[in-house]
Amino acid sequence: MGSAMPISKTLQGALLAASLGAVCAPLVAPIVLPARAQSAAAANNISIDNFTFNPPTLTVKAGTTVTWANKDDIPHGIASANNAFKRSQALDTDDSFSFTFTTPGTYQYFCYIHPHMTGTIVVQAATGSNATQ
Amino acid sequence: MSEFDREDGVSRRKVLECMTWVGTGVLWTVSGGVPHALGLIDKAAAQEAHALTFLQISDSHIGFDFKTPYPNAVGTLQECIAKVNALPTKPAFMIHTGDISHLSMAAQFDDADKVIGQTKLDVHFVPGEHDFVDQEQKLFLERYGKGTKGAGWYSFDANGVHFIGLVNVHDLKAGGLGNLGSEQLEWLEADVKGRSASTPIVVFAHIPLWTVYPNWGWGTDDGAQALSYLKRFGSVTVLNGHIHQVMQKVEGNVTFHTARSTAFPQPAPGSAPSPGPMKVPAEKLRSMLGIANITFKQNTQPLAIIDSALEG
Repeated sequence: MGSAMPISKTLQGALLAASLGAVCAPLVAPIVLPARAQSAAAANNISIDNFTFNPPTLTVKAGTTVTWANKDDIPHGIASANNAFKRSQALDTDDSFSFTFTTPGTYQYFCYIHPHMTGTIVVQAATGSNATQ
Repeated sequence: MSEFDREDGVSRRKVLECMTWVGTGVLWTVSGGVPHALGLIDKAAAQEAHALTFLQISDSHIGFDFKTPYPNAVGTLQECIAKVNALPTKPAFMIHTGDISHLSMAAQFDDADKVIGQTKLDVHFVPGEHDFVDQEQKLFLERYGKGTKGAGWYSFDANGVHFIGLVNVHDLKAGGLGNLGSEQLEWLEADVKGRSASTPIVVFAHIPLWTVYPNWGWGTDDGAQALSYLKRFGSVTVLNGHIHQVMQKVEGNVTFHTARSTAFPQPAPGSAPSPGPMKVPAEKLRSMLGIANITFKQNTQPLAIIDSALEG
């Protein structure tokens, strides 16, 4: 979304948000946060709650380490839908698993213990995306 | 839920309702190819002294360490096994419908074996998804898979009843439910081919072969195909675990039944945000855990399943 947006454009967005009201309210958030690094760190985490991956789709830059943390009272496990990465060990309550995505692409994954639980990681090229925004 | 009362038996629906009420184990009697519940375990065992009686336990989840209100999974398994050992009539054997362990660790299987072994019964296992979470998915099969095919499926005969243990927790697909796979389906078709349609069939597997609640993954994608091979048989009983509660359905000649867990209960389908362990008051817990005792009798009466809870 707007994570790579230059500040000036974000400000424009904020002004637009002010005029449009609540619909664009999320655009204001990047300005309020003091350090961009903090929001980036939070954005690389996936929480497993109530047998769902939150967020269900996560978009990151290539080279980003994504961490899944299990907040449920039951174990879960992370596996790639097409074996694009090695599956995690079983994650008991409060265990986590990290994987660094180096190659751009769309990665579908699921819980190998409860396969109806699915999620997606979209990995974008590390450079050049600013220009496209 | 579709249930059919049959003309040839005493109000089967009533009987099934009783079964879901009774609670700790499932006691099954199969006679004349139709399931029938006799009452509480002890009564049933007394009445069916000459029948084939076997036990089902499920979902021991040894290693589950969720604090209050669960004392510990080994402790409640021990209580269930004590109940089995106290039965007036010794069952012929036991089946375990999976999730023996919580995380497929050798020590968890060891602990389970120590307790289950106290029954001195032959035990026929099928794996649950929690028994296949070690990286190489080999610990279950090394221990319980001798003489089985593929990921651990097999069949055997006892007292004229053909038992089939299926594995629907292997090769799971993203977004899918339980999975048997084409190799196992082919084996099943061949396994029952040529058997007389009057042979009572008991199928057991971890995840329900019928669709209980797909939103929570409670069903098997290719379960219907497996059941299609069994259509011509007069009596088919499908025993599952996985959902940690007693649920029963009768469809034509097929009776589906799920057993309680020995470790922790799960909520009724859709009654909670997720199927995670149900938090119940400690004094209520033992009414929601248990075993199943099943008796087959070759006569005109139907099969009996009796679930008994640890308490209540």
